[in-house]
Amino acid sequence: MQAVPAWKAALLSLAILAVFLGAWELALKAGAAGGGAAIDPEYAALLGQAAQQGGRTPMPAPSQIAVRLWELLRDPFYVRGPNDQGIGIQVAWSLGRVLLGFLIAAVVAIPLGFVIGMSPLLNAALNPFIQVLRPVSPLAWMPLALFTIQDSSISAIFVIFICSIWPMLMNTAFGVANVRREWLNVARTLEAGTWRTAFRVILPAAAPTILTGMRISIGIAWLVIVAAEMLVGGTGIGYWVWNQWNNLSLADIVIAILMIGLVGLALDRLLGLVQRWVAWQE
Amino acid sequence: MKPYVSVEGIARRFPGLTVFQDVWFGIARGEFVCLVGHSGCGKTTILNILAGLDSPSDGGVVVDGQEITGPALDRAVVFQGHALMPWLTAEQNVGFALSCRKPGWGRARLREEARAVLAKVGLEHAADRKPAMLSGGMKQRVGIARALAVQPKMMLMDEPFSALDALTRGSLQEEVSRLTTEAGQTAFMITHDVDEAILLADRILLMTNGPEARIAEVLVNTLPRPRIRATLHHQPGYHGLRDHIMDFLVTRSRTLAGAPPEGYDPRDPPIVRLAE
Ligand SMILES: Nc1ncnc2c1ncn2[C@@H]1O[C@H](COP(=O)(O)OP(=O)(O)OP(=O)(O)O)[C@@H](O)[C@H]1O
Ligand SMILES: [Mg+2]
Repeated sequence: MQAVPAWKAALLSLAILAVFLGAWELALKAGAAGGGAAIDPEYAALLGQAAQQGGRTPMPAPSQIAVRLWELLRDPFYVRGPNDQGIGIQVAWSLGRVLLGFLIAAVVAIPLGFVIGMSPLLNAALNPFIQVLRPVSPLAWMPLALFTIQDSSISAIFVIFICSIWPMLMNTAFGVANVRREWLNVARTLEAGTWRTAFRVILPAAAPTILTGMRISIGIAWLVIVAAEMLVGGTGIGYWVWNQWNNLSLADIVIAILMIGLVGLALDRLLGLVQRWVAWQE
Repeated sequence: MKPYVSVEGIARRFPGLTVFQDVWFGIARGEFVCLVGHSGCGKTTILNILAGLDSPSDGGVVVDGQEITGPALDRAVVFQGHALMPWLTAEQNVGFALSCRKPGWGRARLREEARAVLAKVGLEHAADRKPAMLSGGMKQRVGIARALAVQPKMMLMDEPFSALDALTRGSLQEEVSRLTTEAGQTAFMITHDVDEAILLADRILLMTNGPEARIAEVLVNTLPRPRIRATLHHQPGYHGLRDHIMDFLVTRSRTLAGAPPEGYDPRDPPIVRLAE
């Protein structure tokens, strides 16, 4: 592939966005002019309130969403009682849970992965457990977590923990197990000792692989938190989405989707920066 | 009295392959010994066993009266594939080695000493570069500096100059020769370069082709020291040595491979001392 100038790509991106939003806006205008789309009765039942409001489609136009976005962003951190908090607060709740669950997972997974990577025996012994537990949807843990922990917020953090541990564990073990033999030999001829070898040779050698695992983990964690918060309720962007669905404010949901995407992107970029920092090339 | 290093009947076998067996030789303290042989005959394997990185399938190695059981700081290795850590700068690579020898030294001290050692191999200007930004020859020089930095009693060098141009190679050979002599270090070096062996070695071990390689003979280098690379080929005796090694590499390393000749004693391979 040939490299293209960044401004060209950016211009095209903007054009695509403009066409998409324009088409959206126009389509809704046309629908409204036509007296509103006929609504399927089952769908109407699902919508409940909306159906009672006279069958008007609740789908907002981009211009309406923009207005709503402005409203929300003007005061993102207000708190008016437990059920009415600004979108910034909700995102902060979700971020807090993700970071906490992710950090605990990192604290467990990286040292454990280190040990597994260094010991072929442990690797072989623990591999079956990892292989069986890894593909389990983190939400499947939710009932067990709720039952044993008896606290919905901690349960959500636990679910984040359990879903982000596997990529970090496996990548750390893989990275550590595949450190070049010649670097280990250098450390051995220098009588570097276990700790010095672990921290000065194996850790930097495996760091890029470990960071890849962390990046995958935080991505999954951010995916899962929305679903988890829909289940446990209370606070967080996932709960907020669910709440706005019940209020049938689709504009808010579109905004939430946008926010979730942007925060996810930021998290990934942040770890990407760390990854760049620990990367080495031969 | 045993020599400083005594290699006693070592063999190295892999499933279905005996790389070499019944290898005996000694290295005196302060001596410079070169090992010459074709690719794949097991030179690196022997060096790894001397380093303690690999263990022989049979036999053992005694250094300074003690059988070796693993690597030691006293035996520094210059690796065939330089083996620098790519996430560290040249200076940090040398500094890492220094910090293993002198755990008590602070950062500033390590930096300073590492730069001093790099200066010895002519690399002070590249101290802050990572290996990816160094040429092959520069990487080899950092590898040599790293080995020199720990002030070992013995240097084990695996084709340390192979990636260098003739000019740099010459100056580094003289440098390594000077440094090891000054420090009274014992040196064991693998090389493919016949002139290099003649310039540096007190004795040259000639190895037959594998599998089941042997030390076919030990060539004593009778050229007087100091030897200067530029005038080496004018020294009387030089051509005799060179021809002998070339003959060995071209034909005899092959014809002598396999079953040993009549009267060959692996414990005491024939010593060749060319008359001038
Ligand atoms: N782990 C291993 N398993 C099987 N065979 C091996 C292994 N390591 C080395 N060998 C074999 O041992 C032989 C000697 O290898 P070695 O690296 O010592 O050769 P060398 O003389 O250093 O060659 P070169 O001059 O190319 O560096 C080779 O034939 C190689 O294939
Ligand atoms: Mg080799």
